[in-house]
Amino acid sequence: MKPRQKYSAFALVREAMRGHTGWPRAWNSPLPSKRYDVIVIGAGGHGLATAYYLGKNHQIRNVAVLEKGWLGGGNTGRNTTIIRSNYLQDASAAIYEKSRSLYEELSQQLNYNVMFSPRGVMMLAQTHHEARGYQRINNANIVQGVATEYISPEQVRELCPIISISGPRYPVLGALWQARGGTARHDAVAWGYARACSEMGMHIIEQCEVTSVRTEGGRVVGVETGKGSIECGKLAIVVAGHSGVVAERAGFRLPIESVALQALVSEPIKPCLDVVVMANTVHGYISQSDKGELVIGGGADQYNNYSQRGSFLHIEETVRALVETFPIISRLQMLRQWGGIVDMTGDRSPILSRTPVEGVYINCGWGTGGFKAIPGSGWAMAELVANDQPGALAASFGLERFREGRFIDESVAAGVAH
Amino acid sequence: MLKLTCPYCGIEADETELHGGGEAHLERAAGGAGDSELEQYLFIRSNPRGVHFERWHHIHGCGKWFHAARCTETMEVFGTYSAQTLRPPENTLSEIKRRRPNWVNA
Repeated sequence: MKPRQKYSAFALVREAMRGHTGWPRAWNSPLPSKRYDVIVIGAGGHGLATAYYLGKNHQIRNVAVLEKGWLGGGNTGRNTTIIRSNYLQDASAAIYEKSRSLYEELSQQLNYNVMFSPRGVMMLAQTHHEARGYQRINNANIVQGVATEYISPEQVRELCPIISISGPRYPVLGALWQARGGTARHDAVAWGYARACSEMGMHIIEQCEVTSVRTEGGRVVGVETGKGSIECGKLAIVVAGHSGVVAERAGFRLPIESVALQALVSEPIKPCLDVVVMANTVHGYISQSDKGELVIGGGADQYNNYSQRGSFLHIEETVRALVETFPIISRLQMLRQWGGIVDMTGDRSPILSRTPVEGVYINCGWGTGGFKAIPGSGWAMAELVANDQPGALAASFGLERFREGRFIDESVAAGVAH
Repeated sequence: MLKLTCPYCGIEADETELHGGGEAHLERAAGGAGDSELEQYLFIRSNPRGVHFERWHHIHGCGKWFHAARCTETMEVFGTYSAQTLRPPENTLSEIKRRRPNWVNA
Protein backbone atom coordinates (compact mmCIF):
# COMPACT_ATOMS: atom_id res chain seq x y z
CA MET A 1 0.00 0.00 0.00
CA LYS A 2 1.15 3.50 -0.76
CA PRO A 3 1.95 5.59 2.31
CA ARG A 4 -1.03 7.35 3.77
CA GLN A 5 -1.82 10.58 2.10
CA LYS A 6 -2.72 13.40 4.43
CA TYR A 7 -6.19 14.68 3.65
CA SER A 8 -6.12 18.45 3.25
CA ALA A 9 -7.41 21.24 1.05
CA PHE A 10 -4.07 21.13 -0.76
CA ALA A 11 -4.40 17.38 -1.43
CA LEU A 12 -7.90 17.94 -2.75
CA VAL A 13 -6.70 20.61 -5.20
CA ARG A 14 -3.76 18.46 -6.31
CA GLU A 15 -5.98 15.48 -6.94
CA ALA A 16 -8.50 17.61 -8.77
CA MET A 17 -5.71 18.61 -11.14
CA ARG A 18 -4.96 14.97 -11.98
CA GLY A 19 -8.43 13.56 -12.17
CA HIS A 20 -8.46 12.08 -8.67
CA THR A 21 -6.22 9.22 -9.72
CA GLY A 22 -3.75 9.50 -6.87
CA TRP A 23 -5.89 8.72 -3.82
CA PRO A 24 -4.68 5.55 -2.10
CA ARG A 25 -7.13 3.16 -0.47
CA ALA A 26 -8.15 4.36 2.97
CA TRP A 27 -7.16 1.04 4.54
CA ASN A 28 -5.51 -2.11 3.23
CA SER A 29 -7.10 -5.55 3.26
CA PRO A 30 -4.32 -8.11 3.68
CA LEU A 31 -4.60 -11.85 4.17
CA PRO A 32 -4.25 -12.84 7.82
CA SER A 33 -0.75 -13.40 9.24
CA LYS A 34 0.03 -16.49 11.30
CA ARG A 35 0.05 -14.69 14.63
CA TYR A 36 -0.89 -11.35 16.17
CA ASP A 37 -0.25 -9.94 19.64
CA VAL A 38 -3.89 -8.91 19.84
CA ILE A 39 -6.89 -9.94 17.76
CA VAL A 40 -9.96 -7.75 17.98
CA ILE A 41 -13.17 -9.44 16.82
CA GLY A 42 -15.53 -6.91 15.28
CA ALA A 43 -14.65 -4.06 12.92
CA GLY A 44 -17.37 -1.71 14.08
CA GLY A 45 -16.66 1.58 15.76
CA HIS A 46 -15.86 0.07 19.16
CA GLY A 47 -13.55 -2.65 17.78
CA LEU A 48 -11.65 -0.27 15.53
CA ALA A 49 -11.35 2.33 18.30
CA THR A 50 -9.99 -0.40 20.58
CA ALA A 51 -7.35 -1.28 18.01
CA TYR A 52 -6.54 2.39 17.35
CA TYR A 53 -5.91 3.23 21.02
CA LEU A 54 -3.96 -0.01 21.51
CA GLY A 55 -1.57 1.32 18.89
CA LYS A 56 -1.67 4.96 19.80
CA ASN A 57 -1.70 4.86 23.62
CA HIS A 58 0.01 1.52 24.28
CA GLN A 59 2.27 0.99 21.25
CA ILE A 60 0.76 -2.44 20.55
CA ARG A 61 0.63 -2.52 16.77
CA ASN A 62 0.79 -6.17 15.80
CA VAL A 63 -2.99 -6.21 15.81
CA ALA A 64 -5.68 -7.68 13.57
CA VAL A 65 -9.32 -6.62 13.49
CA LEU A 66 -11.49 -9.47 12.20
CA GLU A 67 -14.92 -8.74 10.82
CA LYS A 68 -17.63 -11.24 9.90
CA GLY A 69 -19.32 -8.93 7.40
CA TRP A 70 -18.08 -5.59 6.17
CA LEU A 71 -16.45 -2.77 8.09
CA GLY A 72 -18.95 -0.66 10.03
CA GLY A 73 -21.88 -2.70 8.70
CA GLY A 74 -23.47 -3.54 12.02
CA ASN A 75 -24.75 -1.10 14.60
CA THR A 76 -22.10 1.46 13.65
CA GLY A 77 -23.96 2.03 10.41
CA ARG A 78 -27.44 1.65 11.89
CA ASN A 79 -27.67 4.13 14.76
CA THR A 80 -29.08 7.65 14.90
CA THR A 81 -25.61 9.17 15.55
CA ILE A 82 -26.49 10.98 18.77
CA ILE A 83 -23.62 11.97 21.07
CA ARG A 84 -24.25 13.04 24.66
CA SER A 85 -22.91 12.31 28.13
CA ASN A 86 -25.70 13.39 30.49
CA TYR A 87 -25.85 10.21 32.58
CA LEU A 88 -26.77 9.85 36.22
CA GLN A 89 -24.18 7.50 37.67
CA ASP A 90 -20.60 8.68 38.13
CA ALA A 91 -19.01 5.75 36.30
CA SER A 92 -21.25 6.30 33.25
CA ALA A 93 -20.76 10.06 33.21
CA ALA A 94 -16.98 9.55 33.33
CA ILE A 95 -16.74 7.20 30.34
CA TYR A 96 -19.40 8.92 28.21
CA GLU A 97 -17.92 12.37 28.89
CA LYS A 98 -14.45 11.08 28.04
CA SER A 99 -15.96 9.81 24.81
CA ARG A 100 -17.77 13.05 24.03
CA SER A 101 -14.65 15.08 24.65
CA LEU A 102 -12.63 12.78 22.36
CA TYR A 103 -15.23 13.35 19.64
CA GLU A 104 -14.50 17.09 19.85
CA GLU A 105 -11.04 16.58 18.36
CA LEU A 106 -11.49 13.27 16.58
CA SER A 107 -11.44 14.70 13.04
CA GLN A 108 -8.07 16.36 13.71
CA GLN A 109 -6.71 13.28 15.51
CA LEU A 110 -7.63 10.91 12.70
CA ASN A 111 -7.15 13.40 9.85
CA TYR A 112 -10.61 12.25 8.75
CA ASN A 113 -13.70 14.40 8.85
CA VAL A 114 -16.15 12.63 11.17
CA MET A 115 -18.45 15.67 10.93
CA PHE A 116 -18.86 16.03 14.67
CA SER A 117 -21.59 18.61 15.07
CA PRO A 118 -22.06 19.75 18.68
CA ARG A 119 -25.45 21.22 17.93
CA GLY A 120 -26.89 20.50 21.36
CA VAL A 121 -29.04 17.65 22.65
CA MET A 122 -32.25 18.19 24.55
CA MET A 123 -34.10 15.46 26.41
CA LEU A 124 -37.71 16.52 26.82
CA ALA A 125 -39.44 16.14 30.16
CA GLN A 126 -43.01 15.24 29.27
CA THR A 127 -44.22 13.92 32.61
CA HIS A 128 -43.67 15.27 36.12
CA HIS A 129 -41.77 12.12 36.96
CA GLU A 130 -39.45 12.70 34.04
CA ALA A 131 -38.99 16.39 34.94
CA ARG A 132 -37.83 15.44 38.42
CA GLY A 133 -35.59 12.73 36.98
CA TYR A 134 -33.85 15.17 34.65
CA GLN A 135 -33.40 17.76 37.41
CA ARG A 136 -31.73 15.02 39.40
CA ILE A 137 -29.45 14.11 36.49
CA ASN A 138 -28.65 17.80 36.01
CA ASN A 139 -27.62 18.02 39.67
CA ALA A 140 -25.47 14.91 39.32
CA ASN A 141 -23.88 16.31 36.13
CA ILE A 142 -22.92 19.52 37.92
CA VAL A 143 -21.05 17.49 40.52
CA GLN A 144 -19.48 15.27 37.82
CA GLY A 145 -18.32 18.24 35.77
CA VAL A 146 -20.55 17.44 32.79
CA ALA A 147 -21.98 20.64 31.34
CA THR A 148 -25.77 20.30 31.25
CA GLU A 149 -28.62 22.52 32.32
CA TYR A 150 -32.29 22.07 33.02
CA ILE A 151 -34.22 24.45 30.79
CA SER A 152 -37.78 25.77 30.77
CA PRO A 153 -40.45 25.13 28.11
CA GLU A 154 -39.88 28.69 26.83
CA GLN A 155 -36.19 27.94 26.28
CA VAL A 156 -37.16 24.69 24.55
CA ARG A 157 -39.39 26.65 22.19
CA GLU A 158 -36.62 29.13 21.49
CA LEU A 159 -34.12 26.36 20.64
CA CYS A 160 -36.63 24.32 18.69
CA PRO A 161 -39.58 26.34 17.37
CA ILE A 162 -41.28 23.36 15.69
CA ILE A 163 -42.07 21.64 19.00
CA SER A 164 -45.64 21.77 20.22
CA ILE A 165 -45.08 22.73 23.85
CA SER A 166 -48.60 22.50 25.16
CA GLY A 167 -49.46 18.89 24.57
CA PRO A 168 -52.27 18.04 25.16
CA ARG A 169 -51.17 14.48 25.75
CA TYR A 170 -47.42 15.02 26.16
CA PRO A 171 -46.86 18.65 27.20
CA VAL A 172 -43.24 19.78 27.38
CA LEU A 173 -42.53 20.64 31.02
CA GLY A 174 -38.84 21.36 30.54
CA ALA A 175 -35.75 19.65 29.18
CA LEU A 176 -32.28 18.50 30.06
CA TRP A 177 -30.01 20.41 27.69
CA GLN A 178 -26.44 19.51 26.82
CA ALA A 179 -25.11 22.24 24.56
CA ARG A 180 -21.96 20.31 23.56
CA GLY A 181 -23.79 17.14 22.67
CA GLY A 182 -24.74 16.55 19.06
CA THR A 183 -24.19 14.17 16.17
CA ALA A 184 -21.40 12.85 13.96
CA ARG A 185 -21.20 10.96 10.68
CA HIS A 186 -21.38 7.34 11.88
CA ASP A 187 -19.69 5.66 8.89
CA ALA A 188 -16.90 8.21 8.92
CA VAL A 189 -16.07 7.33 12.53
CA ALA A 190 -15.49 3.69 11.53
CA TRP A 191 -13.67 4.63 8.31
CA GLY A 192 -11.48 7.19 10.07
CA TYR A 193 -10.41 4.73 12.76
CA ALA A 194 -9.85 2.01 10.15
CA ARG A 195 -7.63 4.28 8.09
CA ALA A 196 -5.60 5.29 11.14
CA CYS A 197 -5.26 1.63 12.25
CA SER A 198 -4.13 0.60 8.81
CA GLU A 199 -1.58 3.42 8.85
CA MET A 200 -0.10 1.94 12.03
CA GLY A 201 0.34 -1.37 10.20
CA MET A 202 -2.63 -3.16 11.69
CA HIS A 203 -4.57 -5.68 9.62
CA ILE A 204 -8.28 -5.18 9.03
CA ILE A 205 -9.70 -8.41 7.66
CA GLU A 206 -13.30 -8.35 6.49
CA GLN A 207 -15.53 -11.33 5.69
CA CYS A 208 -13.62 -13.37 8.24
CA GLU A 209 -15.96 -14.89 10.79
CA VAL A 210 -14.47 -16.35 13.96
CA THR A 211 -15.95 -19.85 14.22
CA SER A 212 -14.21 -20.98 17.41
CA VAL A 213 -11.76 -19.81 20.02
CA ARG A 214 -8.78 -22.07 20.80
CA THR A 215 -7.54 -22.28 24.36
CA GLU A 216 -4.76 -24.17 26.14
CA GLY A 217 -4.87 -24.58 29.90
CA GLY A 218 -7.60 -21.95 30.23
CA ARG A 219 -5.69 -19.40 28.17
CA VAL A 220 -6.50 -18.21 24.67
CA VAL A 221 -4.00 -19.21 21.98
CA GLY A 222 -5.86 -18.40 18.81
CA VAL A 223 -9.02 -18.44 16.76
CA GLU A 224 -10.41 -20.50 13.90
CA THR A 225 -11.85 -18.36 11.16
CA GLY A 226 -13.35 -18.60 7.71
CA LYS A 227 -9.88 -17.65 6.46
CA GLY A 228 -7.98 -20.25 8.48
CA SER A 229 -6.42 -20.58 11.88
CA ILE A 230 -4.82 -17.49 13.46
CA GLU A 231 -2.75 -17.42 16.65
CA CYS A 232 -2.97 -14.59 19.14
CA GLY A 233 -1.60 -13.45 22.47
CA LYS A 234 -4.79 -11.71 23.53
CA LEU A 235 -8.31 -11.63 22.17
CA ALA A 236 -10.79 -8.75 22.45
CA ILE A 237 -14.43 -9.53 21.67
CA VAL A 238 -16.20 -6.35 20.56
CA VAL A 239 -19.26 -7.55 18.65
CA ALA A 240 -22.30 -5.83 20.24
CA GLY A 241 -25.46 -7.78 19.38
CA HIS A 242 -23.60 -11.03 18.68
CA SER A 243 -21.61 -10.96 21.94
CA GLY A 244 -23.54 -13.94 23.28
CA VAL A 245 -22.84 -15.98 20.16
CA VAL A 246 -19.08 -15.28 20.20
CA ALA A 247 -18.84 -15.71 24.00
CA GLU A 248 -20.47 -19.14 23.61
CA ARG A 249 -17.70 -20.04 21.13
CA ALA A 250 -15.15 -18.94 23.72
CA GLY A 251 -16.92 -21.06 26.35
CA PHE A 252 -18.77 -18.66 28.62
CA ARG A 253 -22.14 -16.96 28.92
CA LEU A 254 -23.03 -13.32 29.44
CA PRO A 255 -25.69 -11.33 31.28
CA ILE A 256 -26.89 -10.08 27.90
CA GLU A 257 -29.98 -10.35 25.75
CA SER A 258 -30.01 -9.26 22.12
CA VAL A 259 -33.01 -7.36 20.78
CA ALA A 260 -33.83 -5.32 17.70
CA LEU A 261 -33.80 -1.54 17.79
CA GLN A 262 -35.14 0.41 14.83
CA ALA A 263 -34.60 3.71 13.14
CA LEU A 264 -35.99 5.45 10.10
CA VAL A 265 -35.41 8.54 7.98
CA SER A 266 -37.83 10.83 6.22
CA GLU A 267 -37.58 12.40 2.80
CA PRO A 268 -35.25 15.42 2.83
CA ILE A 269 -36.78 18.76 3.73
CA LYS A 270 -35.48 22.29 4.27
CA PRO A 271 -33.60 22.93 7.53
CA CYS A 272 -36.11 23.08 10.38
CA LEU A 273 -34.39 21.45 13.32
CA ASP A 274 -30.84 22.37 14.35
CA VAL A 275 -30.69 20.48 17.65
CA VAL A 276 -31.17 16.83 18.63
CA VAL A 277 -34.43 16.18 20.45
CA MET A 278 -35.02 13.06 22.52
CA ALA A 279 -38.48 12.32 23.85
CA ASN A 280 -37.97 9.35 26.12
CA THR A 281 -41.49 9.06 27.47
CA VAL A 282 -42.80 8.38 24.00
CA HIS A 283 -39.66 6.59 22.70
CA GLY A 284 -38.79 8.97 19.92
CA TYR A 285 -35.50 10.62 18.99
CA ILE A 286 -35.19 13.08 16.15
CA SER A 287 -32.55 15.17 14.44
CA GLN A 288 -32.04 16.55 10.96
CA SER A 289 -29.16 15.29 8.85
CA ASP A 290 -27.04 17.52 6.65
CA LYS A 291 -28.96 16.13 3.67
CA GLY A 292 -32.20 17.37 5.23
CA GLU A 293 -33.67 14.01 6.19
CA LEU A 294 -35.20 13.73 9.62
CA VAL A 295 -33.41 10.89 11.39
CA ILE A 296 -35.73 9.14 13.80
CA GLY A 297 -34.95 6.50 16.39
CA GLY A 298 -37.53 4.39 18.14
CA GLY A 299 -37.91 1.97 21.01
CA ALA A 300 -36.44 -1.52 21.31
CA ASP A 301 -38.46 -4.69 20.77
CA GLN A 302 -39.45 -6.70 23.80
CA TYR A 303 -38.13 -10.09 22.67
CA ASN A 304 -34.81 -11.62 21.63
CA ASN A 305 -34.10 -11.13 17.97
CA TYR A 306 -31.10 -11.49 15.65
CA SER A 307 -32.90 -10.74 12.41
CA GLN A 308 -32.00 -7.01 12.08
CA ARG A 309 -35.68 -6.35 11.40
CA GLY A 310 -37.93 -5.01 14.10
CA SER A 311 -41.64 -4.91 14.80
CA PHE A 312 -43.74 -2.55 12.78
CA LEU A 313 -45.71 -1.53 15.84
CA HIS A 314 -42.66 0.24 17.29
CA ILE A 315 -42.34 2.41 14.20
CA GLU A 316 -46.02 3.23 14.45
CA GLU A 317 -45.70 4.10 18.14
CA THR A 318 -42.65 6.28 17.59
CA VAL A 319 -44.08 8.14 14.64
CA ARG A 320 -47.45 8.62 16.31
CA ALA A 321 -45.83 10.22 19.34
CA LEU A 322 -43.45 12.37 17.33
CA VAL A 323 -46.25 13.70 15.13
CA GLU A 324 -47.97 14.90 18.26
CA THR A 325 -44.82 16.64 19.51
CA PHE A 326 -43.79 17.92 16.04
CA PRO A 327 -47.06 18.55 14.17
CA ILE A 328 -45.25 19.85 11.05
CA ILE A 329 -43.88 16.40 10.24
CA SER A 330 -47.32 14.82 9.95
CA ARG A 331 -47.32 14.68 6.15
CA LEU A 332 -43.69 13.67 5.65
CA GLN A 333 -43.02 10.41 3.89
CA MET A 334 -40.54 8.01 5.36
CA LEU A 335 -37.80 6.84 3.01
CA ARG A 336 -36.01 4.03 4.80
CA GLN A 337 -36.36 1.95 7.91
CA TRP A 338 -33.92 -0.55 9.38
CA GLY A 339 -33.03 -2.44 12.53
CA GLY A 340 -29.88 -3.22 14.47
CA ILE A 341 -29.30 -5.89 17.09
CA VAL A 342 -28.45 -4.33 20.43
CA ASP A 343 -26.96 -6.11 23.44
CA MET A 344 -28.88 -5.27 26.59
CA THR A 345 -27.57 -5.84 30.10
CA GLY A 346 -29.67 -5.99 33.24
CA ASP A 347 -28.57 -2.56 34.47
CA ARG A 348 -28.42 -0.99 30.98
CA SER A 349 -24.72 -0.26 31.45
CA PRO A 350 -21.90 -1.68 29.35
CA ILE A 351 -19.43 -4.44 30.15
CA LEU A 352 -15.69 -3.88 29.74
CA SER A 353 -14.12 -6.83 31.39
CA ARG A 354 -11.76 -9.71 31.66
CA THR A 355 -13.55 -13.02 31.12
CA PRO A 356 -13.33 -16.57 32.52
CA VAL A 357 -10.85 -17.35 29.72
CA GLU A 358 -7.42 -15.89 30.38
CA GLY A 359 -6.33 -13.44 27.70
CA VAL A 360 -9.89 -12.92 26.45
CA TYR A 361 -11.49 -9.53 27.07
CA ILE A 362 -14.98 -8.40 26.24
CA ASN A 363 -16.48 -5.03 25.44
CA CYS A 364 -20.25 -5.22 25.02
CA GLY A 365 -23.58 -4.30 26.55
CA TRP A 366 -23.71 -0.77 25.14
CA GLY A 367 -27.31 -1.56 24.30
CA THR A 368 -29.16 1.16 22.47
CA GLY A 369 -26.57 3.90 23.01
CA GLY A 370 -23.21 2.67 21.79
CA PHE A 371 -22.37 5.15 19.06
CA LYS A 372 -21.75 8.05 21.42
CA ALA A 373 -19.37 5.88 23.41
CA ILE A 374 -17.08 4.72 20.60
CA PRO A 375 -13.93 6.77 21.36
CA GLY A 376 -14.19 6.42 25.15
CA SER A 377 -15.00 2.74 24.91
CA GLY A 378 -12.02 2.10 22.65
CA TRP A 379 -9.78 4.14 24.95
CA ALA A 380 -10.84 2.20 28.06
CA MET A 381 -10.83 -1.19 26.31
CA ALA A 382 -7.31 -0.65 24.94
CA GLU A 383 -6.15 0.14 28.49
CA LEU A 384 -7.78 -3.05 29.77
CA VAL A 385 -6.30 -5.26 27.04
CA ALA A 386 -2.83 -3.73 27.20
CA ASN A 387 -2.45 -3.88 30.98
CA ASP A 388 -4.62 -6.95 31.68
CA GLN A 389 -6.17 -4.59 34.21
CA PRO A 390 -8.98 -2.08 33.80
CA GLY A 391 -8.08 1.58 34.17
CA ALA A 392 -10.21 4.12 36.01
CA LEU A 393 -12.72 4.40 33.16
CA ALA A 394 -13.47 0.68 32.86
CA ALA A 395 -13.03 -0.34 36.50
CA SER A 396 -16.72 -0.22 37.41
CA PHE A 397 -17.89 -2.05 34.29
CA GLY A 398 -16.53 -5.54 35.05
CA LEU A 399 -18.61 -8.70 34.57
CA GLU A 400 -18.31 -9.42 38.30
CA ARG A 401 -20.66 -6.57 39.14
CA PHE A 402 -23.66 -8.80 38.41
CA ARG A 403 -22.47 -11.38 40.92
CA GLU A 404 -21.53 -8.76 43.50
CA GLY A 405 -24.63 -6.61 43.06
CA ARG A 406 -22.68 -3.45 42.24
CA PHE A 407 -24.94 -2.32 39.41
CA ILE A 408 -24.49 0.91 37.52
CA ASP A 409 -28.17 1.37 37.19
CA GLU A 410 -28.98 3.66 34.30
CA SER A 411 -32.25 1.95 33.41
CA VAL A 412 -34.12 3.53 36.27
CA ALA A 413 -32.35 6.84 35.73
CA ALA A 414 -33.80 7.41 32.27
CA GLY A 415 -36.91 5.31 32.54
CA VAL A 416 -36.22 3.82 29.10
CA ALA A 417 -33.74 1.69 27.30
CA HIS A 418 -30.93 3.87 26.05
CA MET B 1 -45.91 -8.62 13.41
CA LEU B 2 -45.18 -11.54 15.68
CA LYS B 3 -48.22 -13.70 16.40
CA LEU B 4 -48.44 -16.34 19.09
CA THR B 5 -51.32 -18.65 19.92
CA CYS B 6 -52.14 -18.55 23.60
CA PRO B 7 -52.35 -22.19 24.75
CA TYR B 8 -54.96 -21.28 27.38
CA CYS B 9 -57.59 -19.26 25.52
CA GLY B 10 -56.64 -20.46 22.03
CA ILE B 11 -56.50 -16.97 20.56
CA GLU B 12 -53.85 -16.18 17.96
CA ALA B 13 -52.64 -12.97 19.56
CA ASP B 14 -50.64 -10.14 17.96
CA GLU B 15 -47.58 -9.08 19.91
CA THR B 16 -49.40 -5.88 20.88
CA GLU B 17 -51.67 -8.08 22.98
CA LEU B 18 -48.73 -9.78 24.67
CA HIS B 19 -45.87 -8.89 26.93
CA GLY B 20 -42.52 -10.67 26.65
CA GLY B 21 -41.15 -12.24 29.81
CA GLY B 22 -37.69 -13.33 28.71
CA GLU B 23 -36.01 -16.72 28.73
CA ALA B 24 -38.05 -19.69 29.99
CA HIS B 25 -37.14 -22.71 32.11
CA LEU B 26 -34.64 -20.85 34.27
CA GLU B 27 -33.98 -22.66 37.47
CA ARG B 28 -34.91 -20.45 40.38
CA ALA B 29 -32.07 -19.94 42.86
CA ALA B 30 -33.20 -21.59 46.09
CA GLY B 31 -33.15 -19.94 49.50
CA GLY B 32 -29.60 -19.75 50.81
CA ALA B 33 -28.21 -19.72 47.29
CA GLY B 34 -24.81 -18.10 46.86
CA ASP B 35 -23.93 -15.06 44.75
CA SER B 36 -23.01 -17.17 41.73
CA GLU B 37 -26.33 -19.06 41.68
CA LEU B 38 -28.24 -15.80 42.04
CA GLU B 39 -26.20 -14.26 39.24
CA GLN B 40 -27.04 -17.26 37.02
CA TYR B 41 -30.71 -17.04 37.82
CA LEU B 42 -31.11 -13.27 37.61
CA PHE B 43 -28.76 -12.19 34.85
CA ILE B 44 -26.98 -14.86 32.83
CA ARG B 45 -28.93 -15.78 29.70
CA SER B 46 -28.37 -18.26 26.88
CA ASN B 47 -29.39 -15.58 24.32
CA PRO B 48 -29.06 -17.98 21.36
CA ARG B 49 -29.13 -17.12 17.71
CA GLY B 50 -31.68 -19.76 16.83
CA VAL B 51 -34.09 -21.79 18.95
CA HIS B 52 -35.19 -19.88 22.04
CA PHE B 53 -37.64 -20.89 24.75
CA GLU B 54 -39.34 -17.90 26.28
CA ARG B 55 -42.13 -16.73 28.55
CA TRP B 56 -45.01 -14.59 27.39
CA HIS B 57 -47.84 -12.89 29.24
CA HIS B 58 -51.20 -12.65 27.47
CA ILE B 59 -51.59 -9.30 29.17
CA HIS B 60 -54.38 -7.79 27.07
CA GLY B 61 -56.20 -11.11 26.77
CA CYS B 62 -56.82 -13.91 29.20
CA GLY B 63 -54.05 -12.67 31.51
CA LYS B 64 -52.23 -16.01 31.68
CA TRP B 65 -48.49 -16.63 31.35
CA PHE B 66 -47.41 -19.21 28.78
CA HIS B 67 -44.30 -20.49 27.02
CA ALA B 68 -43.24 -20.26 23.39
CA ALA B 69 -40.47 -21.87 21.32
CA ARG B 70 -39.29 -19.46 18.65
CA CYS B 71 -36.33 -18.94 16.34
CA THR B 72 -34.60 -15.63 17.07
CA GLU B 73 -33.02 -15.62 13.63
CA THR B 74 -36.02 -16.26 11.39
CA MET B 75 -38.91 -15.42 13.80
CA GLU B 76 -40.46 -18.86 13.14
CA VAL B 77 -42.65 -20.07 15.96
CA PHE B 78 -42.26 -23.79 16.71
CA GLY B 79 -45.08 -23.91 19.20
CA THR B 80 -46.57 -22.48 22.37
CA TYR B 81 -47.29 -24.45 25.51
CA SER B 82 -48.42 -24.26 29.09
CA ALA B 83 -46.36 -22.48 31.73
CA GLN B 84 -47.01 -25.36 34.14
CA THR B 85 -44.00 -27.33 33.00
CA LEU B 86 -40.28 -27.39 33.70
CA ARG B 87 -39.28 -28.39 30.18
CA PRO B 88 -40.67 -28.09 26.67
CA PRO B 89 -43.22 -30.78 25.76
CA GLU B 90 -42.30 -33.60 23.36
CA ASN B 91 -44.44 -32.36 20.48
CA THR B 92 -42.73 -28.97 20.54
CA LEU B 93 -39.30 -30.58 20.72
CA SER B 94 -40.06 -32.91 17.81
CA GLU B 95 -41.37 -29.98 15.77
CA ILE B 96 -38.09 -28.13 16.42
CA LYS B 97 -36.05 -31.23 15.48
CA ARG B 98 -38.11 -31.68 12.32
CA ARG B 99 -37.33 -28.13 11.19
CA ARG B 100 -33.83 -27.85 12.71
CA PRO B 101 -32.25 -31.32 12.39
CA ASN B 102 -28.88 -30.12 13.74
CA TRP B 103 -30.28 -28.37 16.77
CA VAL B 104 -28.93 -29.47 20.15
CA ASN B 105 -30.86 -28.58 23.28
CA ALA B 106 -28.32 -26.81 25.50
